Amino acid sequence: MKLTLKIWRQKNRDEKGKFVSYSVNNVNPEMSMLECLDVLNEDLIQRGEEPVAFEHDCREGICGSCGFMINGHAHGPQTATTACQLTMRHFKDGDQLTLEPWRAAAFPLVKDLVVDRRAFDRIIAAGGYISVSTGNAPDGNAIPVPKGIADRAMDAATCIGCGACVAACPNASASLFTGAKISHLGLLPQGKPEQDRRALNMVAQMSEEPFGGCTNIGQCTESCPKEIPLEVIANMNRDYRVATLRKRDDLIQVITPVTTWSSDSKS
Amino acid sequence: MSTGAATISKHQAPGFWKSTNGKKIVMAVTGCILFLFVVAHLLGNLLIYAGPARYNAYAAFLHFDGSLLWIIRSVLIVSVLLHIEAAAQLWLRNKRARPVGYARKNSDGASYASRTMYWSGPIVLAFIIFHLLEFTGGFIHPGSQFIAGNVYHNVVAGFSVWWIAAWYIFALCLLGMHLRHGLWSMLQSFGLPHSRTRELALKQLALWISIIIIGGYISIPISVLTGLIK
Ligand code: FES
Repeated sequence: MKLTLKIWRQKNRDEKGKFVSYSVNNVNPEMSMLECLDVLNEDLIQRGEEPVAFEHDCREGICGSCGFMINGHAHGPQTATTACQLTMRHFKDGDQLTLEPWRAAAFPLVKDLVVDRRAFDRIIAAGGYISVSTGNAPDGNAIPVPKGIADRAMDAATCIGCGACVAACPNASASLFTGAKISHLGLLPQGKPEQDRRALNMVAQMSEEPFGGCTNIGQCTESCPKEIPLEVIANMNRDYRVATLRKRDDLIQVITPVTTWSSDSKS
Repeated sequence: MSTGAATISKHQAPGFWKSTNGKKIVMAVTGCILFLFVVAHLLGNLLIYAGPARYNAYAAFLHFDGSLLWIIRSVLIVSVLLHIEAAAQLWLRNKRARPVGYARKNSDGASYASRTMYWSGPIVLAFIIFHLLEFTGGFIHPGSQFIAGNVYHNVVAGFSVWWIAAWYIFALCLLGMHLRHGLWSMLQSFGLPHSRTRELALKQLALWISIIIIGGYISIPISVLTGLIK
């Protein structure tokens, strides 16, 4: 099949970007979105042009590296599907696809479809540790976990941190991501001892980053390739509220967002 | 890619009000107070169907103790101010959070009401100011006399003017949309965990509560215009 890809091309953060249209003629309907870009890139390299930069790693929907807007949908119009798992048979011959990077102040553009998502890493780092004893592996059933709780924690833990929630949110808020990370540990008995501190720290770091604030619109969960439910945001808000009330004078610190690299990285 | 420049500097964390979650909790609590007022105000207003004597007596009852009246008014005014301040700060922050917009963007999963809160809010505010000037202050009364104390007369005379009734109905519909998203949103902001099915049920409930409330309110100007109340 034949597709027209309208792709955002931008050399680096400082230069102005623009859309460039490419027609790809030999698209196999079984190809994934990323493979389609591979084919285009091979073509571009042969023509001596700069290939399109995009992030990827596992290509099986579990690492969260890939992701960009496809026709206004984060990871494309298919629900519960990452860009690397999105096969081209969902499109019709002759379709035009608009590919754009995630747009958020907290995700500064690196190149073409690649953005810097280190803000997520800083939120994760702010969460700290959970207390697990070292030594022999603990007995599997030593701590009983109700099935319902285990399921909810697992639902939250499926977050791959791709950033689609931020990209889809009209406010560019990271609440679904942070909520998922706070929930999946906070729900489990193993994560209880640090529950308050984790909520305070992660929310503080999220507020420190230039993300927008959640207004409960719900486009995040709609675009999430792992279908993380909105409930995780309610969990985060509850944990944060409870922790704020219970807080004594432990000092909460945040890391100043760093969105630059040292100059030698540009080469 | 070197991370040499990424020196990590730590500093004091943003507090409750600085965090977006804190602001939303403030909006949820103040929103809840304002919602309770909307319900109480409706129940009082519906007394208009009991006739002028009962309605005016109810209005007089509200004024039986000036200081109590002002305590309630202060709570409402503070709630409105906090609600607006938090919303304004969030709005500014959210605008800054996406400096470069999308060429194409769908709005799957977002209700119309949720995307237009920043429109319905200010219009409802403008309406409330107008409404206070009209019925509490008595400054706006085209084509009739404002009689302090005779609330029944003021309402009927006010709504007999078609554009006042139309503006009222329009603003109330926007208030309904604001409530439809706000009622559910306040539970979420306050942190009420819910399953997906309960989430849908709560959204439905919010929709029906808004419809009933707004239906009750706009029945009054419609009754005046159709001559049911005179
Ligand atoms: S490349 Fe790993 S999720 Fe798409």
